[in-house]
Amino acid sequence: MAVIKLSEAKVNFIKEVCKSYGNKPGEVINVLHKVQGEYGYLPAEVQELVAKELGIPVSRVYGIVSFYSFFTMTPKGEHPISVCLGTACYVRGAEKVLDELKRQLGINVGEVTPDGKFSLTCLRCVGACGLAPVIEVGDKVYGRMTPDRVKDVLAEYK
Amino acid sequence: MHVLVCGGTGCQASASAQIIENFQRILAEKGLQNEVQVVRTGCFGFCEKGPIVKIMPDNTFYTQVKPEDVEKIINEHIIKGRKVTDLLYLDPENKEHVSDSKHMGFYRKQLRIALRNCGFINPENIDECISRGGYEALGKCLSEMTPQQVIDEVTKSGLRGRGGAGFPTGVKWGLCAKNKCDEMYVICNADEGDPGAFMDRSIMEGDPHSIVEAMAICGYAIGATHGLVYIRAEYPLAIHRLQVAIAQAREYGLLGKDILGSGFDFDIELRYGAGAFVCGEETALIHSMEGMRGEPTLKPPFPAVHGYKGQPSNVNNVETFANVPIIITKGADWFASIGSEKSKGTKVFALAGQINNVGLIEVPMGTTLRDIIYEIGGGIKGGRKFKAVQTGGPSGGCLTEKHLDTPIDYESLAAAGSMMGSGGMVVMDDTSCMVAIAKFYLEFTCEESCGKCSPCRIGNKRMLEILTKITEGRGTMDDLQELRNLAAVIKDTALCGLGQTSPNPVLSTLDNFWDEYVEHVVDKKCRAGVCKKLMRYEIDKEKCIGCGACKKNCPAEAISKTDYIAPGHKLPSMMIDPSKCIKCGACISTCKFGAISVK
Repeated sequence: MAVIKLSEAKVNFIKEVCKSYGNKPGEVINVLHKVQGEYGYLPAEVQELVAKELGIPVSRVYGIVSFYSFFTMTPKGEHPISVCLGTACYVRGAEKVLDELKRQLGINVGEVTPDGKFSLTCLRCVGACGLAPVIEVGDKVYGRMTPDRVKDVLAEYK
Repeated sequence: MHVLVCGGTGCQASASAQIIENFQRILAEKGLQNEVQVVRTGCFGFCEKGPIVKIMPDNTFYTQVKPEDVEKIINEHIIKGRKVTDLLYLDPENKEHVSDSKHMGFYRKQLRIALRNCGFINPENIDECISRGGYEALGKCLSEMTPQQVIDEVTKSGLRGRGGAGFPTGVKWGLCAKNKCDEMYVICNADEGDPGAFMDRSIMEGDPHSIVEAMAICGYAIGATHGLVYIRAEYPLAIHRLQVAIAQAREYGLLGKDILGSGFDFDIELRYGAGAFVCGEETALIHSMEGMRGEPTLKPPFPAVHGYKGQPSNVNNVETFANVPIIITKGADWFASIGSEKSKGTKVFALAGQINNVGLIEVPMGTTLRDIIYEIGGGIKGGRKFKAVQTGGPSGGCLTEKHLDTPIDYESLAAAGSMMGSGGMVVMDDTSCMVAIAKFYLEFTCEESCGKCSPCRIGNKRMLEILTKITEGRGTMDDLQELRNLAAVIKDTALCGLGQTSPNPVLSTLDNFWDEYVEHVVDKKCRAGVCKKLMRYEIDKEKCIGCGACKKNCPAEAISKTDYIAPGHKLPSMMIDPSKCIKCGACISTCKFGAISVK
C-alpha cells in the first residue's frame, strides 16, 4: 500500500478528536467514528496516529477497524452506492440489481471506479423493506429497483 | 386539526419530506398555518402503501400520497371537509374505499402496545408524548412503588425478552438487583442487525421517549444511575431522535439529578455500534462498548454480575423496554391477559418479502402465521403460491404450508424448528430457491462470525462450501448428510448464541424442503430458477431476427451466428455456447423480441 503523508491539518484534527475523548483507550471506537466521518476512510497512517494518541498498540486499532464492517480502509467514491442485501431485498431480486451495477460500473463490491466517481458496497437492511429491493446512492434511497432502472439511476450522477 | 405525515425510513425514501414541505408551504399561503399543524411522525407500519398521511381528528388515512397531491388534500379535505376518495385505501376484496385504518385488513387483527405511540405523536416533541401518557409510569414508580414492587410487577406481567431468546425480563432485573453496588448500568440493546427486521428502529424513530422512560424505570428498579444505549451507527434518524428525546427529558427533569423530587438520579448516554451482528449478543455488546472487538465471552459470569466495566449491568432490547411503561400504568394483570399461556403480550414483526402488505405489524402472541400472512399481509404478491415463511433471521428457520396454523409464541416456533428471533418475518413464494436461501443466511453468518470459536468460524465456512457446491450442481447425497453432521456439532459446541443457532436455516430447509435439495444434487435442477450455474440460456431460433444486439452485449463472447434463417426473417439467428455463457442475463435484457429464455 502506498504511504500517505498526513497533512498537518489532518494530524491536528485527529489529535483534537482524541483529546476530546480524553485520550482514553476505551473511546477508540468513538474516535474512529469521528475520524472516518470526516475523512471517509481509515488508512494505516491514521490508525497509527490514533493508536499513539490513545496509548494503545496499533494492532488493537487495526483489530477494531477490521472487525467492524462500518469502518473501511479504502476510500469511497464521490457517490458511494450501497446495495441492500437484507433478506427482504434478497427475495425480491437484489442480487440481480447488484449484478447489473457491477456490470455497468465494471467494478466489484468493495471497489471504486477508476475515475473515483462511484464505489460499490453491500449492506444489510436499511429498514425500508416496503420498497425492496433498495439501493442507496449517498444518502438518497432508491426503492423498488430493477436491473433496468440501474442505467437511469447512474445517469443522474454522471 | 393535525396532519400527520409518516417520517419513517420507508416513507422518507419516497418523498415524505417533500410532502411535509408542500403542506407547510401551501397552508401558509392560505393563511392556515395556525389552524392546521403538520407533524412528522414515526412509522405507521403500512410501508407497502407509503407515504402515508393521516388527518386528525377525523382519522382519515391517505395512502401512497405524492407531493403533488398535497394541494388537493388541503383544498378538498381541510378547507371543504370532503375526503379525497382516490387517495383512500382501496379494499382489495370488496373494492370499497376505506378511510379509517381500524377497518383495514392490515390493522384489524393488530394490537399495538409496543408501537402504541408510533404514528400518533411527533417524536421530537415531549409534550405530545406526555399528553398520551408518557412518563406517567415513571412518576408512578418513583412516588408509589418500591424498586422491588416494580420488579415484581414486571415479573408478574410475564414479559419476556423481545430480542429473541425470550428470557423473563422481571427475573433478569431481579438477578441484577441482587448484586447491588454503587456503580451499575442499564443497557439498551439497539444494535438491530437481523437483515429484514426494523422494529427497534421504528420504535426509536417513532416513540423514543418510551425507551428513555423505561430505562429510567429499570434503573430505579435495579438501583442503577447510568443508562447506555448501544445503537447502530447506520441509524442516523433514530440516533437523532433519541438525542432529542434525552435532551428534552433532561430539560423537564425526567432525567438527571433528583428526578421528580424523588432523590433518584438517572441519565442516559449513547454508544455507537459499528456494524457487527454478533454485538447483539450481550457480552459482545458490552465488549464493544468498552472499545474492544465485539467478541462474546462465556456465561457465567452473566452481565448481571460482571457487565460493563466489570460492574453489574442489565441488558434489554428496545422492544422489551417499549413494553415496560404501559405494564406499569395498566398493570401486570392486564398485560398477562394478552397472548398465550407462556408468551404474554404482543410481538412486533417486520413483515416483508413476496407479500402484498409489507410493513411493521404488532399482534398478540398466539396469532397464527396464516392470520398474519393472509389477513394482515393480504396474501402473496401477484397471486403466486406461498412457499415458505422465514422467522428469526439467521438464527431461525423456514416454515411451510403445514406450519401455517402454528400459533406464534416462543415455544411453538422453537418446536417447529424456527425461533422468534427479533421479529423479521420474510414471506417467500415459488420464485425463491430454498437451498439458495439457506446459503444466503450462511453467507451472512460466515461474514458476521467473530472468529473466536472454531465451530462457528470453520464449521459454518465448511457448511457454506458444501451449499455452494450444491447450488453449482457439484453436490452429492453424502454432502447432505455431512451438512447435518456439521450442523449438530456447531449447535453443540459453539460459544455464543450466534454460533449455536447458525445451522438453523440449513436444518429447517433440509427438513422441510428435502426434495428441493435432492433435485439440486441428483437432477442438477433448480426449480425456482435461482441457482445460476444450474440454468441454461437458450435462443429460440424461430423468434430470433438475427439483429445481433445480444451478441454485442454479451460480456463473455458466448453468442454467435448460426446459418439458419427463420421463415419471415432476413438474417440468420443467433445461438449461445453454454460452455462460455456466464449466465449474467445481459442478453435477455437486451432482446426486444422475447427470443431468449432461461431453462
